[in-house]
Amino acid sequence: MRRAPSWIWALVLLAAILLFNLLFTPGFFHFEVRNGHLYGSLVDILNRSAPVALLSLGMTLVIATGGIDLSVGAVMAISGAVAACLIARPQDSPLGGINLHGSIPLIILFAVGFSLICGLFNGILVAFLELQPIVATLLLMVAGRGIAQLLANGQIVTFHSPGFSSIATGAWLMMPNPVWLVVAGLILFGVLTRRTAFGLFVEATGSNPTAARVAGLNAKGIKIAVYTLSAIAAGVAGLIGCADIQGADANNAGLYLELDAILAVSVGGTALTGGRFSLIGSIVGALLMQSLSTTILTRGVSPELTLVLKAIVVVAVCLLQSPAFRQIFAKRAAV
Amino acid sequence: MTEANVLLNLSGIVKQFPGVLALDRVDFEVRAGEVHALMGENGAGKSTLIKVATGVYPANGGEMTLGGSPFAPRSPDEAVRLGISTVYQEVNLVPNLSVAENVCLGREPAGPFGIRWRAVRARAEEALKRIDLTLDVRRPLSSCSIAIQQMVAIARALDVSAKVLVLDEPTSSLDAHEVAQLFAVVRRLRGEGMGIVFVTHFLDQVYEVSDRITILRNGQKVGVWNTADLPRLELVTQMIGRDAATLERPASALAPAGGKGEPVVAAENLGRRGAISDATFTVRSGEVLGLAGLLGSGRTETMRLLFGLDHPDEGCLKVDGRDTGRFSPREAIRNGFGFCSEDRKTEGVFPEMSIRENILIALQARRGWLRPLPATKQREMADELIARLRVQPADAERPIQFLSGGNQQKALLARWLAIEPRLLLLDEPTRGIDVGAKFEIMSLVESLRQQGASFVFVSSELSEVVRTCTSVLVMRDRRAVKTLEGSAISEENIIGAIAGDQA
Amino acid sequence: MNRESLRERLPVMITAVVCIALFVGCGLHFERFMTLRVFMNLFSDNSFLGIVAVGMTFVILTGGIDLSVGSMVGCSSIMAAWLMQHTHLHPLVALLLPVGFGAAIGSFQGYLVAKFSLPPFLVTLAGLFFCRGVALKISQESLSIDNPFFNSLASYSISLPGKASLPTASLVFFAILVVGIVVARQTRFGRAIYAIGGNPASAALMGLPVRRTLILVYTFSGLCAALGGAVFTLYTSSGNAISGTGLELDAIAAVVIGGTLLSGGYGSVFGTLLGIMILGIIQTAITFQGTFSSWWTKIVIGILLLAFMLVQKVIERAAKRRAQAT
Repeated sequence: MRRAPSWIWALVLLAAILLFNLLFTPGFFHFEVRNGHLYGSLVDILNRSAPVALLSLGMTLVIATGGIDLSVGAVMAISGAVAACLIARPQDSPLGGINLHGSIPLIILFAVGFSLICGLFNGILVAFLELQPIVATLLLMVAGRGIAQLLANGQIVTFHSPGFSSIATGAWLMMPNPVWLVVAGLILFGVLTRRTAFGLFVEATGSNPTAARVAGLNAKGIKIAVYTLSAIAAGVAGLIGCADIQGADANNAGLYLELDAILAVSVGGTALTGGRFSLIGSIVGALLMQSLSTTILTRGVSPELTLVLKAIVVVAVCLLQSPAFRQIFAKRAAV
Repeated sequence: MTEANVLLNLSGIVKQFPGVLALDRVDFEVRAGEVHALMGENGAGKSTLIKVATGVYPANGGEMTLGGSPFAPRSPDEAVRLGISTVYQEVNLVPNLSVAENVCLGREPAGPFGIRWRAVRARAEEALKRIDLTLDVRRPLSSCSIAIQQMVAIARALDVSAKVLVLDEPTSSLDAHEVAQLFAVVRRLRGEGMGIVFVTHFLDQVYEVSDRITILRNGQKVGVWNTADLPRLELVTQMIGRDAATLERPASALAPAGGKGEPVVAAENLGRRGAISDATFTVRSGEVLGLAGLLGSGRTETMRLLFGLDHPDEGCLKVDGRDTGRFSPREAIRNGFGFCSEDRKTEGVFPEMSIRENILIALQARRGWLRPLPATKQREMADELIARLRVQPADAERPIQFLSGGNQQKALLARWLAIEPRLLLLDEPTRGIDVGAKFEIMSLVESLRQQGASFVFVSSELSEVVRTCTSVLVMRDRRAVKTLEGSAISEENIIGAIAGDQA
Repeated sequence: MNRESLRERLPVMITAVVCIALFVGCGLHFERFMTLRVFMNLFSDNSFLGIVAVGMTFVILTGGIDLSVGSMVGCSSIMAAWLMQHTHLHPLVALLLPVGFGAAIGSFQGYLVAKFSLPPFLVTLAGLFFCRGVALKISQESLSIDNPFFNSLASYSISLPGKASLPTASLVFFAILVVGIVVARQTRFGRAIYAIGGNPASAALMGLPVRRTLILVYTFSGLCAALGGAVFTLYTSSGNAISGTGLELDAIAAVVIGGTLLSGGYGSVFGTLLGIMILGIIQTAITFQGTFSSWWTKIVIGILLLAFMLVQKVIERAAKRRAQAT
């Protein structure tokens, strides 16, 4: 007997939105090939959802352990600032002294390395100092943007590097590179969690921390690992954002994306209380939120409504997951 | 009314939970000026009865009167207003506020400028004076000892002119001096004509302070006695009951395999405040050591020390003859120890995870995350253990939360069998499971023992202890009081030792 | 005062010492810093943040959090401006209607948290999106306000010696501060908040109206946020839908620096005032310095937050050890 996956409602909603567009939005399912790139609303949805999708992969693991990571937006800003400064090498940046001779792999390595340190910091605060995750990651959420500005010396650092920009704007097999990054991230996280026992340990830690201790799990190590992974995913997402605009804007890069990622995860069927998680569900969640926005945009409805709709979706999903609400509902149904 | 001084009268109380009849026509009365002990083992229905009387649960049948008039509180709050106050084992106060506030919270004297703090303090001091306690009421509650916190809880209960005071295991975390302090208060209140319900597991305390005893067993009232008329042995026998199907102890079968085995773990003067003091014992390979005693006698606490869940303040543990110092459950498992907790829900199951995952988690944790058990191997092991322990339904992929309690228990036992333990700590492994499964578990223990594994076994059912154990450590009031071995292991001897007879 | 309650006030006392040290330090370092004018400007420049933080203090005292306050500021500000420019409502009504709206949104959030035990984090996250959406729907352009009564309200101030002054914004802040302190210390409602933050299960068993208290707390926070928006409108003489972005973080930071524990139960409105002042002094100092870059504010606030959390952790652990020892 196989039960329906926990993200079934997100998928149904996603299908409904696509069906609506199929019927009422002319050209929504139109594809076009230009310069070896595939274009169209659907590709656009995939492409635009990529940063949030990447964040939500890491966030899924953090939430599965019963935690939360508010710092991912700020980490994106840091990663973007590091990359931009290493490429453009502005005189007044603290990173100005480092010359990587424009080696893109090294630049990426540096940026992701910075993110990794941020993740370790979060993990240590949560695992060893036993700060509440929401508080511990709030620190970097506040200070992280300051650090990013410090690295960029308060400037919006712009650069010209076709090689680096191709992270966001390039394509492979006609699909935009960010989409491939998400696919790669999903496969990597999937292998890491499901081909090793790591996923099992993460779920057990979140499902029942006391029982996990009795069963001999190393909760501290697991927590440090998930916060680090989350920050690495954020670092890669930050690179996409930075490559996309060919610059690093420490104030606005990844702003509020941590909230979108948390939303995608909880819409995707992973409970905020921890335990069972679904990486695919989180990706579906991210796609759902993006197709909602894209639909509103293409239909010419004022885009501010996306925010209001998002709010309604959050409350609805929360209520559906709440035992108290289900009980009331069940009682009504029984009467 | 024949008994003019009956304060609280419950008659024919029925409480039904899904699938369980928790209270089956139970009668209970409390008179003014008496301390009435309510006794029974786990699952006897004590706490359910208390919760019905204090408005936490509604009763499904029966009648209640308080001071002669019908009484049916719909919430603890209402029960308090009508005159029944409860002081729980876990102090239900707020630690971050002052003593004075905890006494008066929700009913602080207030004037046009809000709460009158001077009046609050005066009122708290007065309430505390009534139980002979003087302390600075501005202190935060968290800075007081548990005993004082308990007293503050009583003072709060008294502040609303309570007629009946329910003390639900108030002494569990108190030391001897603190208990004496509490009892002085109880006697004083009794003298003032209050009715006091005293729930406890400590026999000495019952005899010290109570006037009458009501015993419950399996949701039914066994009887009510004047304390002076009920010998200890009789009290313990009535609480535990006799298992009619008691089998004769197969003494020959229980000889340790191949004489005395090597010591696996040895405790020397092991102690931890509020848990156990001065316990010395040895578990050898091929041995089943039973810990017998009433609930709260230190059985579970001893197991937690053996598994590294808590750390001793005094004495030491030697594993294979070496002093271990502090160790964690992880290290205990690496040593080949397993611990099947009595508290399935908080210390055992991962509710939304599958039976397979629940069974294999400890083994996998020991192997580490980089060496996952191959999927086919997982299925094989899970299916084999499920079949061996007859877990129903035998579907390894079903979330464990959908299993009955007994089947969850079997799956948890399977978790520890999977690591092929040298020493398995079993805390009430047979509670809540059917007779057939009990026998399966016990024969499993016996066959593993024959292969050289050792066990520490806790059960409230003495017949099981007698049937399974090669030696029994009897515990009373957090002390190891007697060791029984070989033919000395019998229900009579254990009950005698629990009751504290010197015979 | 005995030793225990002294120890309990340690966090807020540390905050006070840091606050005074910062002010004196800046006074010695910068000319013309230690004047009444600079001091008073600390309040007027941060009045809207302060008003929001008072509401946030109550929410955090219950162990919750309110992420919606920043966008509520924007929503209230644009709503007030729109009402003034497009209707004939009296400016006072136009300023107060959004405050009612804020209270209503807050009480709905409180209802969801109290009745269905939904995580406050997610509920108020929804509130954040909702309010920002509504604000942008009203107008994406900044609306400048041109109304004689409004202008006189905005430019009203009580003059103090040394070119210092107390404008309307500061007065509203002080009023809310007083209300907050009195409610927290002197009312049963206020004490119930502390009790819920200390142990919600016990609070319910002690007969406190937990659900009603929670709803009222979120209502108050929504009201404060919207009032903060109205004050912000006075301060800038215009309404802007994106104002208050990220303000929730500053408010939370001020509350935590002020010695209020994010796990609930411990803290005070007075501490929050100190937190606001510390944030204000850092900001002012960085402006005075001129060469010091603005992003240091965020980093310094982050470091301060970390330091305060570590201090709280140390106190907490010491308390636990003492409880075990007795």
